[in-house]
Amino acid sequence: MNRIEIAFKNKPIFMPYFPLGYPDLDTSIDVIEALAKNGADLIEVGLSFSDPLADGPVIQHATQIALEKGITVKKSLAAVKELRRRGVDIPLILMGYYNPMLAYGLEKFVRDAKEAGADGFIIPDLPMEESDEFVGLSHDSPLPLIPMLAPTSSPERMEMIARKAKGFVYLVSVTGITGERKSLSEGLGELIAQVREHTSAPVCVGFGIGTPEQAREVGEMADGVIVGTACVRTIGGSKSPVETAREFARSFREMLK
Amino acid sequence: MTLLPTKFGPYGGQFVPETLMPALIELEEAFVSAKADAAFQAEFNKLMASFVGRPTPLTYAKRLSEKLGGAQIYLKREDLAHTGAHKINNALGQALLVKRMGKQRVVAETGAGQHGVASATAAALLGLECVVYMGEVDIARQEPNVFRMKLLGAEVRPVSSGTKTLKDAINEAIRDWVTNVNDTHYLLGSALGPHPYPTIVREFQSVIGTEARNQMMMDAGRLPDTVIACVGGGSNAIGVFSGFVDDEQVELIGVEAGGSGIESGKHAARFGDPSKGRIGVIHGTRTYVLQDEDGQIAETHSVSAGLDYAAVGPEHALLRDLERAFYTSATDKEALSAFHELCHTEGIIPALESSHAVAEVIKRAPTMRKDQVILVNLSGRGDKDLNTVMKEMGNL
Repeated sequence: MNRIEIAFKNKPIFMPYFPLGYPDLDTSIDVIEALAKNGADLIEVGLSFSDPLADGPVIQHATQIALEKGITVKKSLAAVKELRRRGVDIPLILMGYYNPMLAYGLEKFVRDAKEAGADGFIIPDLPMEESDEFVGLSHDSPLPLIPMLAPTSSPERMEMIARKAKGFVYLVSVTGITGERKSLSEGLGELIAQVREHTSAPVCVGFGIGTPEQAREVGEMADGVIVGTACVRTIGGSKSPVETAREFARSFREMLK
Repeated sequence: MTLLPTKFGPYGGQFVPETLMPALIELEEAFVSAKADAAFQAEFNKLMASFVGRPTPLTYAKRLSEKLGGAQIYLKREDLAHTGAHKINNALGQALLVKRMGKQRVVAETGAGQHGVASATAAALLGLECVVYMGEVDIARQEPNVFRMKLLGAEVRPVSSGTKTLKDAINEAIRDWVTNVNDTHYLLGSALGPHPYPTIVREFQSVIGTEARNQMMMDAGRLPDTVIACVGGGSNAIGVFSGFVDDEQVELIGVEAGGSGIESGKHAARFGDPSKGRIGVIHGTRTYVLQDEDGQIAETHSVSAGLDYAAVGPEHALLRDLERAFYTSATDKEALSAFHELCHTEGIIPALESSHAVAEVIKRAPTMRKDQVILVNLSGRGDKDLNTVMKEMGNL
């Protein structure tokens, strides 16, 4: 059983996102460790890109700072290794845009990511149509490319994408970019049900979830709750990010029980 | 699975979030059906004639040809199209597709402001809501066009993220599009972005090449030896090239922005600087992109906002690989000097973008025989650039 399968044994799971290098590299490693040891079941570890076109202002700002402070793909992978060394044993999924991976060298990236201890990839600008090259590379490496679905996905696309899903399905709950929303999108339950028709893989919901209450509501329908912007804003804006990360993880974990 | 090929050799593709994929599929369907629909074509052609003022003239640049003492120079006058640049061809074409898809709102990006003005114009003509994203740096240097867009009823939203130029305006336009995709079309202005945009934009801009080829045959009685156009994203170039790409004897030359010089690092020459210009993925397409070693998109520089962009249209990357087209660059200084030359010698104030193509003419014509012919696409007029040029003259 791999780390992702183990994580989904107790559903719904809590999946925060945090970018490496923000507010600086050392703090981000400490923050991710704190999230992992205080209730996060899986962490989306963010790789920064200069042009994050699926992200709202909060994540744009954070990844911009990370880049200004000198984060690179290489340093990010070394940070994953460091997290493993510190005993973080939950799945760490690398989330980033395609170009820095291309620049690093896809084959080398996939190999080094595995070696560092990553468990999979989320690449928002790599839809099904373009993913063969990437997926083909990880033939001898079992790390999954997590497929994304959106409210705009047609039933045909949902079937095609969900059918092949490995790891879990990332269901984007709103038509839009990352960022907290006042209320959950209507018809979310229906959307989740549609996805489940085509796959037995866990279905996790992200984009727009900002409070533990919203997380609980989503957790009643989905197998996992992804919290990105709220996590970055709350922890990044704090004077003691590591302490805040602990509290943040606990508050969401508590509500998802 | 798609109706049209999504790639140009290894370039192009659809590197966008899943949320947008259905919109790209819908757009492709609308485009393919419109292309086959005589009524759509008739409406487009009618607007091209009665609203844009097409065909734009072909002007023989007699004094410039004599002065340079080599090849005979012809100018394809896209500067005389309504709104002052070739951008209107594509903006109107896409706006008609928007009506066909039943959408009511368009978002657009703009660098020099020419595409923003063209989009605002098309939206006003066809009764669409229009929001234009423009980097703060570009707003400052293209002020007249900002006011023009507002007069035409568009909302201009300043973009303060990243480098505050075209690249960031595209990011914001895409973010708006992702959020409002159900009723909004992204009116992309260059031969860039995810499929089907590069194909659609080429198709609507191919009118330039088709007209120019006919006019060359009528006026000069022959094809040009060389066709020259500036290349930012590359829509005017791909438009004029498309008329000659099958005429193998015609040499096609694209001119990138050399900025302060390739060696300075401050430029937008994707093909011209192998240390930074490498194959990558930006804004939905795989092409040559100026980037650092870690795959972060590089800052670019050009005196012309319309060429100040880190990536080049994917079809240009293929034409270059095939050695069907060749690419060079002109510096800010060379472009400004060409700007003045055309003003004085021909009585035409060209856009700073187009001045890059003229700069290449000035270098190349003297090396050619007098019985040879250069066609240069004068993609836009320079009224919008007067502030920039005044400032640069002050600096001289």
